[in-house]
Amino acid sequence: MSSAFEAVIGLEVHAQLLTTTKLFCPAEARFTDVPNTHIGPVTLGLPGALPAVNEAAIRLAVMAGLALGCDVQRESIFARKHYFYPDLPKGYQISQFDRPLNVGGYVDIEVAGKRKRVTLERIHVEEDAAKNLHGVGSASLSHIDFNRAGIPLIEIVSNPDMASSEEAEAYLRSLREILMFAGVNDGNLEEGSFRCDANVSIRPVGSKTLGTRTELKNINSFRFVRKAIDYEIARQESVIVSGGQVVQETRSWNENEQKTVAMRSKEFAHDYRYFPDPDLPPLVIDETLLEHARVALPELPEALRTRWKSVYGLSDYDAGVLSAHPGLARFFESTLAHAADEAARADAAKPVANYLQSEVLREVSYDGLSAQFPVTPKALFELVSLVMSGELSSKLAKQVYAELLARGGSPKAIVAAQGLSQISDRGELLAVVQDILTANPDKVAAYRQGKLGLKGFFVGQVMQRTAGRANPQALGEVLDAALAGDSA
Amino acid sequence: MNAASTQAMSAVGVRDAVVSGRRSAQSVVEETLSRLSSLNGIYGALLGWDREVALAQAAAVDRGPKTGRLCGVPVLMKDNICVRGQEVSCGSRLLAGWRSPYDAHVVERLRAEGAIVLGRANMDEFAMGSSNENSAYHVVRNPWDLTRVPGGSSGGSAAAVAAGLVPLALGSDTGGSVRQPGAFCGVTAVKPTYGRVSRYGLVAFASSLDQIGPFAASPADAALALEVLAGHDGRDATSRRAPVPRYGGEIASSQQPLTIGRLVGLPAALDPAVVSGLQEAERVLAEAGHRFVDIQLPCAEHAVAIYYIVASAEASSNLSRFDGVRYGVCVEGESLVDTYAQTRGQGFGAEVKRRIMLGTFALASGYYDAYYAKAQKVRTLLCQDFARAFSQCDAILSPTTPTPAFRLGEVADPLSMYLADIFTLPASLAGLPALSVPCAFADWEGVKLPLGAQLIGPSLTEGRLFALADTLYRGLDIASQQLQLPDPVEATARLGLKPLGGEWSDARIAEKGGAHV
Repeated sequence: MSSAFEAVIGLEVHAQLLTTTKLFCPAEARFTDVPNTHIGPVTLGLPGALPAVNEAAIRLAVMAGLALGCDVQRESIFARKHYFYPDLPKGYQISQFDRPLNVGGYVDIEVAGKRKRVTLERIHVEEDAAKNLHGVGSASLSHIDFNRAGIPLIEIVSNPDMASSEEAEAYLRSLREILMFAGVNDGNLEEGSFRCDANVSIRPVGSKTLGTRTELKNINSFRFVRKAIDYEIARQESVIVSGGQVVQETRSWNENEQKTVAMRSKEFAHDYRYFPDPDLPPLVIDETLLEHARVALPELPEALRTRWKSVYGLSDYDAGVLSAHPGLARFFESTLAHAADEAARADAAKPVANYLQSEVLREVSYDGLSAQFPVTPKALFELVSLVMSGELSSKLAKQVYAELLARGGSPKAIVAAQGLSQISDRGELLAVVQDILTANPDKVAAYRQGKLGLKGFFVGQVMQRTAGRANPQALGEVLDAALAGDSA
Repeated sequence: MNAASTQAMSAVGVRDAVVSGRRSAQSVVEETLSRLSSLNGIYGALLGWDREVALAQAAAVDRGPKTGRLCGVPVLMKDNICVRGQEVSCGSRLLAGWRSPYDAHVVERLRAEGAIVLGRANMDEFAMGSSNENSAYHVVRNPWDLTRVPGGSSGGSAAAVAAGLVPLALGSDTGGSVRQPGAFCGVTAVKPTYGRVSRYGLVAFASSLDQIGPFAASPADAALALEVLAGHDGRDATSRRAPVPRYGGEIASSQQPLTIGRLVGLPAALDPAVVSGLQEAERVLAEAGHRFVDIQLPCAEHAVAIYYIVASAEASSNLSRFDGVRYGVCVEGESLVDTYAQTRGQGFGAEVKRRIMLGTFALASGYYDAYYAKAQKVRTLLCQDFARAFSQCDAILSPTTPTPAFRLGEVADPLSMYLADIFTLPASLAGLPALSVPCAFADWEGVKLPLGAQLIGPSLTEGRLFALADTLYRGLDIASQQLQLPDPVEATARLGLKPLGGEWSDARIAEKGGAHV
C-alpha cells in the first residue's frame, strides 16, 4: 500500500463452544462424525419442536466474556435472523441482535515489538448452521449434514481497530489463545470450529471518515487472512487510484487464484427481519452463574507468561513455547507442582522447561484442548531432579528417558535397577583415574610436557571404565589434580 | 338412527366404567370407531384415524393396572399436535402425508394417564381461520345446523365433541381458536394460562400466543382433561413451573362468593340473542351468591389490530421452516429459490399466504418499529388494563362471540372474520386463562344454536373459572339441552347433503391420510 492510504480492519470470529450437547437441542454437539447422526426434532426444525437453552453453553459464553474483559449483560435477548437456505432448518437462525450477552471487551496484541489494544464491540451467542455437501455420493445431488446445525457459537465482533494484515493475524492468534486457555473453544481453524470474516476498507491517511468496506469470507487459516487482507487493501487502492469507487459487497478468498472474488453486493443483501424469539424468554445471568464462571476461568496465557518470567525467570522465548497450548502449559505447571516448596519450584522451572523443550515436546500430540504426553509430570520432575542433584548425568538421563518412554516406571527405580547412578565420590573416581594413568605412562608424560589436549583421552578412558557414570565435574577436578602430580 | 343413543359418555363416566371393570377400554374404542365410521362423513370433523393403533392402545390399557386419570378415554388430537408415527398435516396440503417421529408433550401426558390418543381433527390450515373453511381438505359441519360453520380454527375438535363422537378433544387457541368453536358448537372449551400447557409438539402458529386446550361437553370433564395436560416441561422455555391443582376438586369445594366483572365498552355489534343469553348467565351466577361490577379494558378495542400484527409476524417466521427441503410436499423448481417459491406457492392456501405477507411486512427493516414494536407496546398496556380490572374483580364475564355460528360460505371478507374475534383476543394477548361455556341455545332462523359465555381470570386461576363454568352449566341445565342435538342422518337427508371427504370407512382411512397435492 502506498503511504497515501491507511487500512481499517475489523474482524468477526465465530467460535464453537465446547459443550456436550447443542445450544437448543439435546442432540450431541459433534460435527465430525457420520453425517446426520447427531440430530433431533429441534436440530431438524421439525414441526412442533421448540428450543430450550443449554446452560452449559451460556456458562462458556460468559467465561469468554470475562476472559476478554467484556461487560456481561444481566439480561440479553435471543432474536431470530431470517433467510432461506437449505443449511438453515428453521428458515431462521437463533442469534442475538440488539441486546447481546457480552458488550465491549478487548484483545491486546503485539506486532513488531509494538503493543496495541484491539477493542471489541460485542460477543453474542448463536446456533451454527448445517453443512451443505456437494460432490459426494450421487454427483447430481447436494446433501445436507445436520450434525453441525445447532452447535453453540459465540460471534466475537471487533471494532475496526486494526490497520494491517499483521495486526489482524496477531489479533486472531491472541483471541484464539485466550479462548483455548479459557476452555471455551478448541481453536481448530481447519475443521472450522474457529472461523473468521474480515471487514476491510481504506481511507486517505489522516481521514476520520471510514471508506466503503468489503466483507471477506473463506479465510480460515492465518495465512489466508494475511493474504486476503493484503490483496483486498491493494485492490481497493487500485480501484480508488484509478478513479473508481469501492462497492460494498461480500467477497470470497480464492486460494487457487490468489485473489478475492465478489459473492454478493449490498443490493442483494438480506433483510433478516430480526425480532425477539418468542419461544425464548430473556436470557438472565444471575450472580451464581457469574460467580461459577469466574471461579471456573483458568489463568489466561498473558498472565501465565508474565508470572513464569518474573517468578521462574523463564525467557520470553521459553514462556512463549510452553504457553503455545493450554495442555502444555498445564503439564509444565503440574510438573513443577511436584517440587517440595516454592523455592524448589523456582529452581526446577528452568531445567524442567529445557527438558520439556529438548526431549518431551517431540512426542506430544494434541487433540483440540487435550494433549497427550509420553511421560507423567511426576516422572519428568523426578528425572530432572536426579540430574539437578548430580545423581544422574545428563547423558544417562537420556537413557532413563528412553526407558520411561518404552516401559514407563519411575526414573529412580530405573536408575537403581540399571546401576546408572552417577559416581561423584572422589575416592572412587581417583582409584579409576590412577589405574588409567598407570596404564598410560607415555601419555601422562606427554601431557605434562604440554600436550594438554590429551585430557580428553583420559576422560574418555574413565568414562569407558565407569560406563559413563562418572560425574564429569568431579572427574575433571580429580583428573586435573592427578595429572598435576599431586597424588600421582 | 337416534343420535343421542350413539353419543359418547362423559370422560369421567368412561374412566369410572373402565377403572371399575364395568367396561373394557376396547369396547369403548370399538364403539367410538363405529361412530366415526358412520358419522364422520356427515360432520367432516376428522381428517383420519388409525383403527389398529387405537385398538392396540385400548388393549394395553385393559392389560394394565388401570390407575390413569383418563383410563380408556378416547381423546381426539387437532391435526397440529404431533403424535409419534401418525400423520400431522395442520390442515395443509404442504404437510400432507408427513408423519411425526415424536410425541408432543400433551400426548405423553395423555398416554401416561391411560387415555386413548385417537384421530386427527380437521382444522383451518395452520390454525388460521375462524370457520374451519380454510382446511385444505374439507369443511366441518356444525352439528347443530349442518349448513353452518363449527367455528375455527379447532372446528373439527369442537364438532366432534359436540356431536358426541368422542368425550374429549384437544385444540389450540391462538386468538380464540378453542373458545370460539366451543361457543359455536355448544361445548366447554378452555384456553389455559400461557405456559400452563407445554407447546412442545404443537406446530407453532404464533409462539407468544399459542396454547393447547381441551374441549369437553361439561366443565367437569374439561377440568379433568386440563389436570392431565398441564404442568412444567423443560423442552418449552415458556412453560410455567407452578404446581397443577386438582381442578375437579376446586369445582366441588368452591362456594366462596366472588366479584365478577361485566365487560362493558367494547365496540361490538351484539346480537340480541347473545345479550339475553349473557343476562341468563348473570342471573344464575348472582343466584349463586356472586356479585357483579362493570369493568372496562380501554386498550381492548385495539386487540384486533395488535393481534393481527403480532400473530402474523410470528407466523411468518414460524412457517419459514416449511420450505420443502426436509419434509412435507416439495415442488421442484428450476432453481433453489424457484423450488421454495413453487413449494410454498402451491403448498400454502390463500389465508396462510395472506398472513405470511402481513407478518413479513410488519417485521421488515424500516417498518418494525411502526408495526411490531408498537403492537407489543400496546399489548403491554392491555396487560396493565387487565391488572387494573383484576384489582376490582375475580373474573371477567363476556360473550365468547358477538353472534352464533354463521353459515358456511356466509363470511367471505377476511376483515369481517377477524373483527368477530374481538372478545377472545384480549385474553390471548395478555396470556390469561379463559374458557367458553354454553349459556344458551337460541332459536335462530328456525334452528337451535348454542351461544357461549366467556370467563377470563388472572394468571393460573383455571380452577376458579372451572367452578364458575360449572355453576352456569348446572344452573342453566346445559346438559339436557346438549342432548337435543338434531339427528345427523335425518338432517343430512332433509338437507340433501353429500358426505364430506367421501365415504368414511376403516378401509379408506389409510388412503385418505396419505392425501397428496
